[in-house]
Amino acid sequence: MGINYLYPPFEIIRNQDRCIACRVCERQCANLVHHYDEESGRMKADESLCVNCHRCVSLCPTRALKIVKTDHTFKENANWKTEVIEDIYRQAQSGGVLLASMGTPKDYPVYWDKMLINASQVTNPSIDPLREPMETRTYLGKKSSKISRDADGRIITSTSGQLKLDIPIMFSAMSYGSISYNAHKSLAMAASELGTFYNTGEGGLHKDFYQYGKNTIVQVASGRFGVHPEYLNAGAAIEIKMGQGAKPGIGGHLPGSKIGEDISATRMIPLHADAISPAPHHDIYSIEDLRQLVYALKEATRYTKPVIVKVAAVHNISAIASGIARSGADIIAIDGFRGGTGAAPARIRDNVGIPIELALASVDQRLRQEGIRGNVSLVVGGSIRSSSDVVKAIALGADAVYIATSALVALGCHLCRTCHSDKCNWGIATQNPELVKRLNPEVGSRRLVNLLTAWDHEIKEMMGGMGINSIEALRGNRLMLRGIGLHETELKILGIAHAGQ
Amino acid sequence: MHYVMIGNSIASTACIEAIRSIDRKGSITVIGEEDHPCYSRPLISYLLQGKTDENRMKYRTAAFYEENKVTVLQGTRATSIDREGKTVCLDGETTLSYDKLLLATGSSPFVPPIKGLGEVKNWFTFLTLDEAKRLQTHLKKESRVLILGAGLIGLKCAEGILDKVQSVSVVDLAPRVLMSVLDEASSIQVRDHLQEQGLRFYLGDSIQECTANEALLQSGIVIGFDLLVIAVGVKPNIQLASEAGLAVNRGILVDQGGRTGDPDIFAAGDCSEGPEMISGQRAVLALLPNAYLQGETAGKNMAGDEAGFDKAVAMNALSLMGLHLITVGRYEGESHVIPCKDGYKRLFVKDNHLVGCILVGEASKRAGIYTAMIRNKVELDSLDFDLICEEPLLMAFAKNVRQQQLGGPV
Amino acid sequence: MKRIYVNEMWCLGCHLCEYYCAYANSGVQDMVKALKDKQIKSRITVEQRGTISFAVNCRHCTEPLCVKSCIGGAITSKDGVIVIDQSRCVLCYSCIMACPYGALMPAVEGVMQKCELCTTNSQGQPACIQGCPNKAIVFEER
Repeated sequence: MGINYLYPPFEIIRNQDRCIACRVCERQCANLVHHYDEESGRMKADESLCVNCHRCVSLCPTRALKIVKTDHTFKENANWKTEVIEDIYRQAQSGGVLLASMGTPKDYPVYWDKMLINASQVTNPSIDPLREPMETRTYLGKKSSKISRDADGRIITSTSGQLKLDIPIMFSAMSYGSISYNAHKSLAMAASELGTFYNTGEGGLHKDFYQYGKNTIVQVASGRFGVHPEYLNAGAAIEIKMGQGAKPGIGGHLPGSKIGEDISATRMIPLHADAISPAPHHDIYSIEDLRQLVYALKEATRYTKPVIVKVAAVHNISAIASGIARSGADIIAIDGFRGGTGAAPARIRDNVGIPIELALASVDQRLRQEGIRGNVSLVVGGSIRSSSDVVKAIALGADAVYIATSALVALGCHLCRTCHSDKCNWGIATQNPELVKRLNPEVGSRRLVNLLTAWDHEIKEMMGGMGINSIEALRGNRLMLRGIGLHETELKILGIAHAGQ
Repeated sequence: MHYVMIGNSIASTACIEAIRSIDRKGSITVIGEEDHPCYSRPLISYLLQGKTDENRMKYRTAAFYEENKVTVLQGTRATSIDREGKTVCLDGETTLSYDKLLLATGSSPFVPPIKGLGEVKNWFTFLTLDEAKRLQTHLKKESRVLILGAGLIGLKCAEGILDKVQSVSVVDLAPRVLMSVLDEASSIQVRDHLQEQGLRFYLGDSIQECTANEALLQSGIVIGFDLLVIAVGVKPNIQLASEAGLAVNRGILVDQGGRTGDPDIFAAGDCSEGPEMISGQRAVLALLPNAYLQGETAGKNMAGDEAGFDKAVAMNALSLMGLHLITVGRYEGESHVIPCKDGYKRLFVKDNHLVGCILVGEASKRAGIYTAMIRNKVELDSLDFDLICEEPLLMAFAKNVRQQQLGGPV
Repeated sequence: MKRIYVNEMWCLGCHLCEYYCAYANSGVQDMVKALKDKQIKSRITVEQRGTISFAVNCRHCTEPLCVKSCIGGAITSKDGVIVIDQSRCVLCYSCIMACPYGALMPAVEGVMQKCELCTTNSQGQPACIQGCPNKAIVFEER
């Protein structure tokens, strides 16, 4: 061993008075932390292997376990924090790029938590969602900007292909490969039951899930994994992935060890070959090229399916969005810098991109200014954590939101952020069949349905409180928001006044 | 419909239950020679041990007879059967008519002619409750007990009384204990275990003659005793049947449905000799589970249903001073002795089927899985044979078989 | 009649069903007190080899061989649930010899025990169902 530079970040506290040595912690830890010591008749743990995923804690029948942050410290240093020092130790040892999973944990401002929602008092009374008509249904797609009439003078009400959402929340892209078959099954089942959509991510669509096609958005990413005509026609919409919030500017990477039979067949790549998606689409180098791809996809699906273009939120996002709105795409999906990922270089995940709140506000503003807001619907993602985040996002201009991390948490994820190890103890971010088994889609889909049903109810309560009874009336309604603890520039970008004003 | 059963033990009770599942109206009368409510004979040694009492030994509750509308003639002996008139003569006096008759007369202890037995004041057999109670009254702390017969009955008796008397010695002509049930290796294990507990064995020997308190063995050894128990074997009670002209061998001959030559007379239990599954030949399989299943089958046929019990095999489950033994089937074909940490396991395979097993100690865990394999004639190439030898696990069966066994309606 | 069914597809071999079963039948309210430093004899048995695992318990057969083989008549069927009158059991092992699922075994107290669908303890619902973390065990009619 020599020199141990990295002290285990967690300690496992076992209450020996409560422990019945049932060994479930030993059986269920994929990192082999716990073991039963025959001699002493007691359970023991090796904290150096613990990733703080809480599998053992959650299963312990007598609640004898807890995981705490170690109180082993470096000398106090506001600049040279522990993780900064340890990152240098790691790179001095490995010589490699630091990999990280899930969204950035760094302490950047969370704008959702700095905005407050209005409520009706005295004038414009609140609406009681249990007693009066209120709907959270919404439609995504091109909206016409003027009223047209037919030969008989009747208003033409049909619009080009729309996605109908019973709630303004969809499951964001997570590829089959980064997450497990059972996780995909849970998302597909839940989306069907809820009347919303889930996204295949760049891993293609497994043949077993074609049955959920009408609740599926199929993604075409830079690696074009799994893209073939049936795939394109199987879903309800097609999403071109230009970028991802967690790692703007680079592509995806699934190591060959995770490419088993199933994934190889679904992605249409050789067994155990590394699946590396290039950074750009090598056939898109300008906005005209994007337009060409959008229409190629529409041709391939006979103009029956809306096309979504997903971009990461970066500095000049408004200009980019403006270009996309003119390219023929029906929906723009913007992914903020806090979005999750199966694996990405830590430095890119933590330092590249901008918050979705600011990106959303500026894109919505810009599109309105240019008079093209109706060309596209806006869907945003990148750390939507609760129903209040959803309400604020819609008020800032979104038509709907994408959730991914929240969905995984509902499935059991404890945000231990070690997805890249393929040892996800909850059966979510792994391809190991022994671990994938742990996520029973019957249980998982039930939890997802419960989560979104609860959020839907809360959204209705908040909308009712504002005196609003439809998503369309909330969308872009900046007057319903006030900032708190925000300075002038932030307020200006968000387009909202400060609380009290 | 009048249903009559001669014999008030396991086979008759099973017969009652089977008849009542089909015919709730016909009358049922049970004739029992012993003046006790139906009890389980194998429990008499436990009675002596103190592990049960007369009340708990009852095989069914009083409510059972009420609910099933059964008349029990306790302490009554059937003396003859008139097949033409379809009547049974009771105690030589009254007659009882029947439409369907079950002979479940069980067996009686066989007492060999021993020179000087007449002089012995206190000798017993060990099959009925009355004999057990009689023996119990004679047990004293200083008693020296000599048991003739190291078979199931002899050893259970020994177990029942060992800690209540001074000494227990067991004599048997056979060179090993439980000769008809175990193989050499397991028999030795059992003998060693029992010797450790304090039993004394004189095997390959027999009583040449005895006096009031001493037995002279063939080998020349003299054993002093206060109480003598004779447990060399039993004979099926076939007298009634043979006198009535029914076909008998060692037992009353029956087919799979418990039918004798007479369409209205059936036989089941220890008195009967029916088809044994593995050999296909008829045999007396005097074992409680078989008695039940035979009685049940006969009952169904008596009530007008068509039933056959085609899975009769020899089977024994007993514990002797903490050592458990389970044996099933026949010991023929290919033998597999599987090393066990704590016990003994031997499986017999013939024609791709499991036909027999001997399980001692820890090896008896979940033995029913082996029993089912034997009874159901499971093809051994359809499962993981090495695994099932190691341990009786449902895991050894193919996945789709497991689904059926565990996943479907029962 | 509702019975316990185990789906081997979702069984993780975590053995929690065994511990919850032992706890439910211990007669002790506090789980730690019931199970800590005690010999555990569960009425549901997990079979585990390699990557396959599933739990086996009494099927409550409509033609119960254990009932027919018990030398003392201690095992009976109460509305379809097969139960043992433990005061009458003499541990002869006849039921173990008979049960094709290996669902009976000696209890810690030295008489036979088997799954009784938690009808004879204070649980109400079978404890193994509640303890299973992956819905591998269900309680339903089939």
